Amino acid sequence: MAQVSITVNGRRRTAEVEPRLLLVHFLREHLDLTGTHVGCDTSQCGACTVLVDGRSAKSCTIFAVQADGSEVTTIEGLAKGDDLHPLQDGFWEEHGLQCGYCTPGMIMSSVNLLEDNPSPTEAQIREGLDGNFCRCTGYQHIVNAVQNAAARRSS
Amino acid sequence: MIPSAFDYERATSVDDAVARLAAAGGAGKLIAGGHSLVPLMKLRLNEPGTLIDIARIPELAGVREVDGAIEIGAGTVHHAVATSDLLRARCPVVAETAATIGDPQVRNRGTLGGSIAHADPAADYPATLLALDAEVRIQGPRGARTVAARDFFQDLFTVDLAGDELITAVRFAPVRTAAYAKLYQRASRFAIVGVAAALDVAGGTVRSARLGLTGALSHAVRLTAVEEALAGRPADADSVAAEAARAGDGLSDLNADIHAGADYRRAMVGVFAQRALRAALARG
Ligand SMILES: Cc1cc2nc3c(=O)[nH]c(=O)nc-3n(C[C@H](O)[C@H](O)[C@H](O)COP(=O)(O)OP(=O)(O)OC[C@H]3O[C@@H](n4cnc5c(N)ncnc54)[C@H](O)[C@@H]3O)c2cc1C
Ligand code: FES
Ligand code: FES
Repeated sequence: MAQVSITVNGRRRTAEVEPRLLLVHFLREHLDLTGTHVGCDTSQCGACTVLVDGRSAKSCTIFAVQADGSEVTTIEGLAKGDDLHPLQDGFWEEHGLQCGYCTPGMIMSSVNLLEDNPSPTEAQIREGLDGNFCRCTGYQHIVNAVQNAAARRSS
Repeated sequence: MIPSAFDYERATSVDDAVARLAAAGGAGKLIAGGHSLVPLMKLRLNEPGTLIDIARIPELAGVREVDGAIEIGAGTVHHAVATSDLLRARCPVVAETAATIGDPQVRNRGTLGGSIAHADPAADYPATLLALDAEVRIQGPRGARTVAARDFFQDLFTVDLAGDELITAVRFAPVRTAAYAKLYQRASRFAIVGVAAALDVAGGTVRSARLGLTGALSHAVRLTAVEEALAGRPADADSVAAEAARAGDGLSDLNADIHAGADYRRAMVGVFAQRALRAALARG
């Protein structure tokens, strides 16, 4: 067993874990933060995307011990009280989801994208979401949602 | 998918990592970004007894200038390479190569050292390091050593690196007139074929050319026949491209899989060699 101490959504969480425990399982099963999903479990789909020290990462491809000492942000950490994050508002306004399975990962990747490039073109949004698959929407509404959020942020 | 159990240690310096590898004997395995290793461990294709984490060793990360050459620390993540101002100005082909790898999440975690140690036949960096005639810097219990990229990549997932050694950096003389062209496998983004070309152009003539190929064979190689054909030719895009059109002809044992058969790959070697050369000349 190994001790990990990870600051998740601003709260320091310490636990004894097996080194082989994946970060996504630490979040979902130890901390009950089930907003982060497991889609493929093979590093492809991005449903498990969270921010590790401010950068988007697939939490199914990181052991919790690797994140010891890091700051992790999940979808649960974006809203401030009742105030949704601009990306959450954007996905709401533009119908950026159908079943919602991919949505937390899409939003966390979009946070990273808008951090790097606050006013991306449509092509840049599609490239920025290369690591996230959606089986429902056909992506156009997701692109619209990110554009909506970019506009909200800049106004 | 749950990997087999293992012990986890975090190394604080290169020397510490080498000492920990030695102490773990054959059971020790380095982990950097984990974006090749963790998927293999989940499939239990790799079952290390002790994982030694090198991701937070400060001296392994960063792009810097050393004696007129550029050195990239083995622990530098793909995103940092793709966005390096030094590389974009002095040797854009390396930043361009890193930007084609996987997706943003993969580029935020995966490292140069991990990519070349793993040596996937479809990995991107090997082509570019071959075209730049880069050297790979290695540290181990017997001290430091340097290997030329063309000797480093030896076979399928096989490189000149012992189990108790660690890659610390790659180093190369920057070339502006160099470019990387890649045929993407649409889902994974790995290279079906990738060609990097680096040209030395003077007075309207190609003085020398180096081309690195990935994706087509068991490991990345130099396209020496094309290099020889190009030396001394006029540095205009059409004549350079014409020399490269048949770049795939002399290759044997091409890879074939569900994404592309051997004949298609052979044809694409020529196409992407031409694209890389045209793009390299356009940077002149
Ligand atoms: C979805 C997905 C898409 C991808 N697409 C691409 C792509 O398009 N192109 C591409 O090139 N790659 C691609 N990759 C692979 C990616 O670039 C990996 O990050 C890279 O191959 C390995 O780097 P790492 O730091 O993650 O290494 P790790 O997984 O940590 O390690 C890989 C191997 O290298 C060894 N190692 C690591 N660092 C060192 C070192 N400094 N010295 C000695 N040995 C070391 C480890 O022991 C291990 O054997 C993709 C990966 C994923 C998951
Ligand atoms: S669940 Fe992590 S990438 Fe699909
Ligand atoms: S909304 Fe269903 S997978 Fe994207």
